[in-house]
Amino acid sequence: MSAPIVKTVGLRKSFGPNEVLKGIDLEVTQGEVLCILGPSGSGKSTLLRCINHLEVPNGGYVWVDGQIIGYELRKDVLHELTVKRLRAQQSQLGMVFQHFNLFAHRSVLGNVIEGPMVVRGLSRAEATERAMALLDLVGLAEKAEAWPAELSGGQKQRVAIARALAMEPRVMLFDEPTSALDPELVGEVLEVMRRLAASGTTMIVVTHEIGFAREVADRVVVMIDGEIRETGPAEAVLADPKDPRVRSFLGRVLARPAECDA
Amino acid sequence: MTKPAPLRPKPDGAGSSVQLLPLSELPGPNLAMRKLPHPGRWLAAAVVVLLLAVLVRAFALGNIRWEIVGEFLTAPVIIKGFGWTMLITIAALALGVVLGFGFGMMRLSANPVLRYVAWFYVWVFRGTPVLLQLLIWFNIALIFPNLYIPGVVDVKMVVVMTPFVAAVLGLGVNEGSYLTEVVRGGILSVDKGQVEAAHTLGMTPGQTMRRIILPQTMRLILPVLGNSAVGMLKFSSLAATIAMTEMLNAAQRIYFINGAVIEMLFVCALWYLMGTSVLSVGQFYLERHFGRSQGGRA
Ligand SMILES: Nc1ncnc2c1ncn2[C@@H]1O[C@H](COP(=O)(O)OP(=O)(O)OP(=O)(O)O)[C@@H](O)[C@H]1O
Ligand SMILES: [Mg+2]
Repeated sequence: MSAPIVKTVGLRKSFGPNEVLKGIDLEVTQGEVLCILGPSGSGKSTLLRCINHLEVPNGGYVWVDGQIIGYELRKDVLHELTVKRLRAQQSQLGMVFQHFNLFAHRSVLGNVIEGPMVVRGLSRAEATERAMALLDLVGLAEKAEAWPAELSGGQKQRVAIARALAMEPRVMLFDEPTSALDPELVGEVLEVMRRLAASGTTMIVVTHEIGFAREVADRVVVMIDGEIRETGPAEAVLADPKDPRVRSFLGRVLARPAECDA
Repeated sequence: MTKPAPLRPKPDGAGSSVQLLPLSELPGPNLAMRKLPHPGRWLAAAVVVLLLAVLVRAFALGNIRWEIVGEFLTAPVIIKGFGWTMLITIAALALGVVLGFGFGMMRLSANPVLRYVAWFYVWVFRGTPVLLQLLIWFNIALIFPNLYIPGVVDVKMVVVMTPFVAAVLGLGVNEGSYLTEVVRGGILSVDKGQVEAAHTLGMTPGQTMRRIILPQTMRLILPVLGNSAVGMLKFSSLAATIAMTEMLNAAQRIYFINGAVIEMLFVCALWYLMGTSVLSVGQFYLERHFGRSQGGRA
């Protein structure tokens, strides 16, 4: 068993009176692929966004590889970090968004070299060399000079993955990376993610792609109403969920025709 | 009560006769085609030509000595005045853009003090007439007789506040208050996902602003900036009121002497049109440069 690399401890988040995360305790080990399933509005995105501090949790904390995200522990008190130090932590958590969020005013290559150049101070030449290797990995080396607006959704998402990988993050977070794609474009993105998983990247993936979860995930958690209701190996959870609400959710999802055997 | 009209138009209703071609009667592929006629365009063109003819006649027969217009169009005083006009325009616009971006970012700062300062700036300078501001800058020596910053400068204000400086400050600071709001709107309209992506890469707020938000804001506010430039060229004529010998002032001095009022004003009009045309061309190329990624959500 490898060592834990991400741990959330009693993570809570509310938007006004709406309590979205009700104390999430989650542990992810080095090299593990964890898929988060759950109905719409159950708090999956919020959990991911709290892990990388895009949303600031109201309670509890996130630990990543020896550091508490956003804080420094001194004498049992969490002291808020400066923005600069927080960003340094965030760059260790690669994020892939449902809507890609590629920089509209930068070319494909420009998107991938932006982080390494600006944040890590690499020279343009060095950043470009490494970016080209990553674009090659996601099969888009020949699109390096294209503008994001000229790409298909699947291509955009693959560029977004390359952009996140360029920071050499400890963990990759995916928030429904294929939900905004036409069905025939889902496969190419899942293929890239499958390769990442095989290469030992630690991944936390919010997805509705049950097929992907079944095939790639080491472990699956099911969230309902801001709580983790079920956790375990994909086969066990999908085949025989104990919690009745998880059972009914999975029943609904599995009843849908599989759109994901790419 | 009347019954509601049926949703679908009745077939063969007045004015909507539909041609029905049976499959057996379809012609071959090589048919001549005729475009839809546009009688409205021809009518509009005729009206315009007629109006132009009336105007040209009025100007030709009116009390304008065109030879004077031609003579003064290239007179050194006028050209020098136009030079000052352009100089005021460019300097004031530059000042306005700097202030607009500065205060525009302050308006959205997390620091409440900066937010209020920027709000106050807009409130004062957008809320008073630019001509008034121009006069106040020009007469600022009445309030601050000396420009004194310990260890940096110590001079009499009247020496510093020349008509040119007052014009640039008056026009630039006023323009900045408008551009502050434009920049604020531009920044707000940048997709939030762009900022989040920058943050997850580890970019600081400053880096995100400089490298992600402002370049995208540029594309959105350039059309407004073009407008500002053209407006500034024209508003620079207000400097004539504080004894700045820009073009309009120069023209007025001439017609006080030679009495060729309308002629001198026409000379100015031609130069202003020339200037605004050049600015529009510049705007075109700038917009093309910043629009090259064809924008949209990425
Ligand atoms: N910025 C926000 N402000 C207010 N409420 C929010 C915000 N973000 C999320 N919420 C609320 O939190 C709840 C959980 O949202 P979240 O996006 O985490 O769900 P999800 O599980 O990702 O759903 P989906 O599958 O539809 O993406 C929802 O009720 C949502 O309305
Ligand atoms: Mg979501």
